[in-house]
Amino acid sequence: MNTRRFIAGGALFAAASSCFAAGADLGQAVKQATNWTAICMFIAFVIATLFITKWAARRTRSAAEFYTAGGGITGFQNGLAIAGDFMSAASFLGISAAVYTNGYDGLIYSIGFLVGWPIITFLMAERLRNLGRFTFADVAAYRFKQGPIRAFAASGTLVVVAFYLIAQMVGAGQLIKLLFGLEYWIAVVIVGALMMVYVLFGGMTATTWVQIIKACLLLAGASFMAFMVLWQFHFSPEALFAKAVEVHEKKASIMAPGNFIKDPISAISFGIALMFGTAGLPHILMRFFTVPNAKEARKSVFWATTWIGYFYILTFIIGFGAIVLVSTNPVFKDAAGKLLGGSNMAAVHLANAVGGNVFLGFISAVAFATILAVVAGLTLAGASAVSHDLYATVFKHGKASSANELFVSRITTVVLGIVAVVLGIVFEKQNIAFMVSLAFAVAASANFPVLFLSVLWRGCTTRGAAIGGFLGLLSAVLLTVLSKAVWVDVFHYASAPFPYASPALFSMAIGFAGIWVFSVTDKSARARIDQAGFDAQAVRSETGIGAVEGASH
Amino acid sequence: MDVKLADKIRSNAAYRELVRKRSRLGWTLTALVLVVYYGYVLLIAFNKEMLAAKIGAGVTTWGMPIGLFVIVFTVVITGFYVRRANSAYDELTDQIKREAA
Repeated sequence: MNTRRFIAGGALFAAASSCFAAGADLGQAVKQATNWTAICMFIAFVIATLFITKWAARRTRSAAEFYTAGGGITGFQNGLAIAGDFMSAASFLGISAAVYTNGYDGLIYSIGFLVGWPIITFLMAERLRNLGRFTFADVAAYRFKQGPIRAFAASGTLVVVAFYLIAQMVGAGQLIKLLFGLEYWIAVVIVGALMMVYVLFGGMTATTWVQIIKACLLLAGASFMAFMVLWQFHFSPEALFAKAVEVHEKKASIMAPGNFIKDPISAISFGIALMFGTAGLPHILMRFFTVPNAKEARKSVFWATTWIGYFYILTFIIGFGAIVLVSTNPVFKDAAGKLLGGSNMAAVHLANAVGGNVFLGFISAVAFATILAVVAGLTLAGASAVSHDLYATVFKHGKASSANELFVSRITTVVLGIVAVVLGIVFEKQNIAFMVSLAFAVAASANFPVLFLSVLWRGCTTRGAAIGGFLGLLSAVLLTVLSKAVWVDVFHYASAPFPYASPALFSMAIGFAGIWVFSVTDKSARARIDQAGFDAQAVRSETGIGAVEGASH
Repeated sequence: MDVKLADKIRSNAAYRELVRKRSRLGWTLTALVLVVYYGYVLLIAFNKEMLAAKIGAGVTTWGMPIGLFVIVFTVVITGFYVRRANSAYDELTDQIKREAA
C-alpha cells in the first residue's frame, strides 16, 4: 500500500509517481463510516451539473458543438477548465499528503507539474489553435497523408486515455470508501454513469462547465483551508514552519529536500515526463479548440498556469497545516498512531480540523466531483479520436456527415464508459501506481514529438512521423514495463532491468530520433508533398489565416 | 490555404518581422524556463546543503523562497509572453491579414 511507502520515506519517488496528476492511486483504502453530509453535498453537485447538461444538450447538435462547444468558450473559462483537468483528486490529496509526510519534497513534486505550461504557451498554444479543429491529430496530420498519422494519433490518444481512465476509476472507488463510506463498485458505477450522461448529452459544453464549477469549488475550499491555517499563525509562515518542525518526527529535515531525487537521471527523466507529457495529453490539447481564436488560446494557458500555481502553493500550506493541526490530534489517528485512512487523508482531516463536519463533507464531495469531471474530459478525448480521426477521416476519407460523426462519437462514449467501469472493477486490487506515469510518458514520447516536429520542422514526413511516433509509444510502454513500478511491484520479480523512475528521457529521445531518421531517409514522392506543404502550414500556424473561427456566443 | 497566398504572405515584411520577433521571444523564454527548472533540479541533486541552509535565526530555509520563486517565475513569464503576443504581435498579425486580403 502506498501510504506505507509514503511513510517509509526513501521511496517517495515511486509513491509520488503513483499519486500523479489524477486520482491515480490512493492505495487500498479501508471503508469508513457512511458520511451523509458529504453524500448530500455531492448529490447537490450532481443535480446542478445535470441542469447544466440539460442546458448544454440544447446547444450540442453538430459534431463541432459536441467536440469543442462550438469554439464558444472564453480564454478565462477555458483556463479554469484546463486547471480543473490538472487539479485532480490525487494532486490535491496526494501532494498535500507528500508535504505532510516529507515536507519540502512535496513542493519539488508540484513544481514539476507546473513548468510544462510556459513551454506549451511559448511554442504550441497558438499554433495548435490556428491549425486544428477538433483533435490534436488535425494539427499533427495537417500536411501529411491522413491515414497513417491519424491511425498513430488515435493509438496515442487511446493508450493515454485508457491508462488514465483506469487510474481514475480505481481512484474513485478507493476515495468513496474513504470519504463517503460506500462500497467500491458503487463509486465506479456512479462515475461511469454520470460521465456518460454529461458527455453523451452535453458534449464539450457540459464537460467544460462541470470542470469549471469543480475547479472553482476546489480553489475556494483549498483557499479557505490555507487561510484558516495561516490565520492561526497570525499569517507568519515562519511561525507555522517552526511549529511543524517542533511536532514532526523528521524535525528540521522537512524544511529541505530529502530523498525525492535519488539520482539525477531519474530526476531529469521524471521532469521531462511531467513537462512534455502535459504538452501531449489529448484531453488537455483538445481544450485549445474550444476557444474562438489564438488570442483566447493564449489567455487560457495564462489563466491555467496562474490557477495551478496558486493551487500548488495552497496544497503546500495545507500539508504543513496538517502536520501542525492533524498529526498532533489523537482524534485523527488509530491505535497505532497512524493517520485514519492513510496519509492521503491528511487534507481531508485538516478540513475537519479547521471547518468542522460540514466543511469536511464539502471537501469530500469536491474530491469526488473532481474525479468525475476529469473522467468526462478523458472520455470525450477518446471518443473524438475514434469518431473524428478513425471513422470520419480514415474510413470515410473526410466524407462523413456531421450527424454520422456525432452518432459514432456517442456510441464510442457508451463503449468507453462501459469498458471503464468493467476495468475499474477488474483493477480494484491491482497495483496501478504505474498507470498515470505511463500515460504521461507516452504523451511525452509519442504525441508530443510528432506534434512538435510536424509543426516546427520542414523536413518531417508522413513516414517519419508515423514510424517515429510509434517507436516513442512502444519504447515508453516497454521501458515502463521493465521498470520497478511494473516489473517488481506488479510482476513481483526481484529487481527491475530498467533502473530509473521514468522512461521519458530515453523514450522521448527515441521518438524524436525515430522521426528524424525516417524523415531524412524518406525519398518518396509523398515526402516531397509533405515538405512542400510546410510553407502554407507555417503561414497559417503563425497568422491564423484560414483557421476555423469559433462561434462568438 | 493555397500556395500563391502563402507565398504572398511569406514575402510580406510584416509577416517576416512577426515570425522573427515572436519566435525569438518564444525560444528565449523557453530556454529561460528550462534553465530555471533544471537548475533547480540539479541544485537539489548536487547541492542540497544550500537549500537546507537557514535564512535567519528561525527555521525557514533558503529552499522555501527558491521553490516559491520557481512557481511565481513560471506564472509571471507565461503572463509576460501572453501580454506581448496579445498586443504587439496581434497588431502585426492584423496588419498581415489586411495586406493579404
